[in-house]
Amino acid sequence: MLELLATAEPGGTSLAQALLQQVANGIAKGSVYALIAVGYTMVYGVLQLINFAHGEVYMLGAYFSYYPAKWMGYTTDPEDPTFVPAKVPLYVVGFLFVCSMACCAFLGMLIERFAYRPLRNSSRLAALITAIGVSLLLQNGGIMLFKADPRGFPTLIEQSSVDLGLVALTNTKIIIVVVAAVMMTGLHLFVQKTRPGAAMRACSFDMRTARLMGVNVDGTIGLTFAIGSIMAAVAGVLVAMDQPTIDPLMGLMAGLKAFVAAVLGGIGSIPGAALGGLLLGVTESVVGTFSTTYAEAVAFVLLILVLLVKPSGLLGKSGREKV
Amino acid sequence: MTALLQTSGLTIQFGGLTAVDAFDCAIQPGDLYGIIGPNGAGKTTVFNMLTGVYLPTSGIASFGGTRINGRSPAQVSALGISRTFQNIRLFDELSVLENAMTGAHQHAKINLFDSLLRTPRHYREEKRQRDRAYELLQFMGLEERAGLPARQLPYGHRRKLEIARALATEPRLICLDEPAAGMNTGEKAELSALIRRIRDELKVTVLLIEHDMKLVMGICEKIQVLDYGKTIALGTPKEIQNNPKVVEAYLGGD
Amino acid sequence: MHRTLLLLVVGVSLAFGVDWFLGEFIEEYVVRIINLCGIAIILAVSLNVINGLCGQFSLGHAGFMAIGAYVSAYFTTTLRVLNTETGETVVRAPLFDGAWGFVPALLIGGMAAAAAGLVVGVPTLRLKGDYLAIATLGFGEIVIIMLTNFESVGAARGLPGLPNYASSFWILTFAWICVVSSVFLQRSTFGRALVAIRENELAAEVMGIRVARLKVMAFIYGAFFAGLAGGLLGHLLRTISPSTFGFMKSIEVVVMLVLGGLGSLTGAIVGAIVLTVLPEALRDVEQQAKLPGIRMVVYALVLILLMIFRPQGIFGQRELSLKLLRRLLPGGRK
Ligand SMILES: Nc1ncnc2c1ncn2[C@@H]1O[C@H](COP(=O)(O)OP(=O)(O)OP(=O)(O)O)[C@@H](O)[C@H]1O
Ligand SMILES: [Mg+2]
Repeated sequence: MLELLATAEPGGTSLAQALLQQVANGIAKGSVYALIAVGYTMVYGVLQLINFAHGEVYMLGAYFSYYPAKWMGYTTDPEDPTFVPAKVPLYVVGFLFVCSMACCAFLGMLIERFAYRPLRNSSRLAALITAIGVSLLLQNGGIMLFKADPRGFPTLIEQSSVDLGLVALTNTKIIIVVVAAVMMTGLHLFVQKTRPGAAMRACSFDMRTARLMGVNVDGTIGLTFAIGSIMAAVAGVLVAMDQPTIDPLMGLMAGLKAFVAAVLGGIGSIPGAALGGLLLGVTESVVGTFSTTYAEAVAFVLLILVLLVKPSGLLGKSGREKV
Repeated sequence: MTALLQTSGLTIQFGGLTAVDAFDCAIQPGDLYGIIGPNGAGKTTVFNMLTGVYLPTSGIASFGGTRINGRSPAQVSALGISRTFQNIRLFDELSVLENAMTGAHQHAKINLFDSLLRTPRHYREEKRQRDRAYELLQFMGLEERAGLPARQLPYGHRRKLEIARALATEPRLICLDEPAAGMNTGEKAELSALIRRIRDELKVTVLLIEHDMKLVMGICEKIQVLDYGKTIALGTPKEIQNNPKVVEAYLGGD
Repeated sequence: MHRTLLLLVVGVSLAFGVDWFLGEFIEEYVVRIINLCGIAIILAVSLNVINGLCGQFSLGHAGFMAIGAYVSAYFTTTLRVLNTETGETVVRAPLFDGAWGFVPALLIGGMAAAAAGLVVGVPTLRLKGDYLAIATLGFGEIVIIMLTNFESVGAARGLPGLPNYASSFWILTFAWICVVSSVFLQRSTFGRALVAIRENELAAEVMGIRVARLKVMAFIYGAFFAGLAGGLLGHLLRTISPSTFGFMKSIEVVVMLVLGGLGSLTGAIVGAIVLTVLPEALRDVEQQAKLPGIRMVVYALVLILLMIFRPQGIFGQRELSLKLLRRLLPGGRK
């Protein structure tokens, strides 16, 4: 197809070029979706709950690094009295990431402990509505505290374009892809190779049996929320760094689409989340070359198509009801 | 006499496991036919294949001359096979009477607008269903609990309600999956009598899965024994009791 | 049949009387809230048929509303379309005029939404629970995005200038019709079959209930009334834009149901009223306390606490009746 485009017309080369560029952008976008999607997928795997508040955790991840940066005097707002257009040292960048990860991990566990744990034995619908409630709470709490209008995020890393041969990407986008790849691989290894990871797998396979076999179920669920939130925090800071603006509603669509990515890949599967995220990001970007508004619809069209063909998602396992 | 239900080579596999292997049977109208076998022998799976819940891997099942494998549960039900479930599946939030009425739903000849506009046809249909359901509750001895939500029904009554609901579909063949499970001796005796009356008074052919040997031997005229999905014996209760293979399956099985 | 006609006459007269009373004696602000309650009741009661009775968890109600709102507005509103080639604005007069043109426009909107219900209901038959929820949510979002691309109805800017036809009379009349017909549906062989599907789909199917057909029917029924409600809301707000019908709107309706007790029709009505009045009441609090934004925060907190302490909703699956009231009120007989 690309070849065809390349040889068809003189203008074709540039179209192929543009598409390839969009694929690259899409991979960056998809990496973010993947980072957020693992949180959905892991929580769903264990609790069968769509943690609607997860998108807000991502949003707060951005704010949890914005404020420390601001207090340290790094801001982009020229109106701000503390404005210093200084370059941010690397250890500060690292500190901001860690700070946001720690805060989000704590927040995620807090949400689980106080909003979801009391409902573990009620209907799933009640839990879902609670999740929506938590999401609304964080979103509107965010609007109250941070004000609704977008804020400029300090330049943690000076953006520049990097030529990768066929395509060019900004350095921040490359960082997104690399960090996401490392974190996703790390998470996968953690879940597959370590004891807490095995406990998580046991819980998502069958919580009752896991408990009987001596797994600390509450602790494991807490850990699941913490890890998911850490991934979302990283995504939040990365996006803030790339954009570079943040607002209290940034988690709404991003969260929804990341959830779609999780469903696409097969809910409960970490590689599935990665695959779903990339698929969604790339498709969105490619469609975006033709129409930006219809690009918004891509996620949902893909979602419906996948659900209709394989309701358990691309890498999900399907079960059969025993009668 | 042609068989009401005839199967040949009915087989189903789950992954590597052949749960039912070449199940052959011929059930005549008016039979009271038992299927027994140790746990996991594949009895319930046979019912699932007969009622469209599972699709057989191979083999043929025909009912009254019509092929039924490959049809949906609702289609099989319309042809005249009904069943109960080993793990009771009542509509808990509906009342006892309403549970039985849902069995009669499939014969309703009205459309949604009849009900939304409350036409005379709607009222006639409601009366038909209510009367029939009530008759069957009386038949099963449940009429006093008609107004109770099904979830509040005691265990033994829940099994009976499942039978009443299945009968409300006006079947020609009813498949009962361990109807006596969890009942005490008195209830079992009463149930035996009821099953006979279903066949004799309601003229419904009965296919019965039951672990209680006394009950099965007491009321069935023909019994088929499954073990690991295969038929190991077929005959009258006397023949089955004296069949060494059956004894071995039950004693040596586990 | 006679009863139905009688009920209709009673409902219309009541709506007429209330409309007159509201117009004469009640301040406009309160009338507006009552109108919004009426619309919310239609939404909640119709969604209750899909989510509550049939147990099909749908998050697509706002999509159906959007279709009803836009289609009915298409017939009643003066459209101004910019012709990109000539650069002129073409003005198209309303196709239907006056209050009596409003009803056919609404019904067409409802039917368009019902058709969408069919389109959504059939392919999603295989999906259950959360998967269905998320697919229907996706459907709603797709509707919004398509509307954002339709220049003739104002695209993302929205469509202004809808005539103010949605009087209390019409809103209450349609709310009445929706409630009565939903009660009739619930208390019929179809209603029992829907509940049977919710309670145990497999058993329902084995009892000969045509599950697929009934699920689609529930979708069509719910979508029709959602479309009507959308049309009414459009002509009440008088400006509609795609963002009016985002997925938060669907969630709002689900919350109404869950608050009242999923599967309980009276619960749906109470939930609709509470969740329409509560945010309005909080709006006053917000202004007096000078804490902009506190309204939605409180709303969210109420939601969470309610789910934690009463997850089955106010009424559970029971219907509100005098008997239940007596039991719930302090000092009542058990
Ligand atoms: N949906 C399914 N998927 C996989 N295996 C199944 C399924 N349904 C049944 N089986 C297997 O088929 C075999 C037969 O099961 P079945 O329920 O028919 O036994 P049964 O004779 O009814 O036993 P019981 O007396 O305990 O009810 C069992 O090994 C069971 O695990
Ligand atoms: Mg069995």
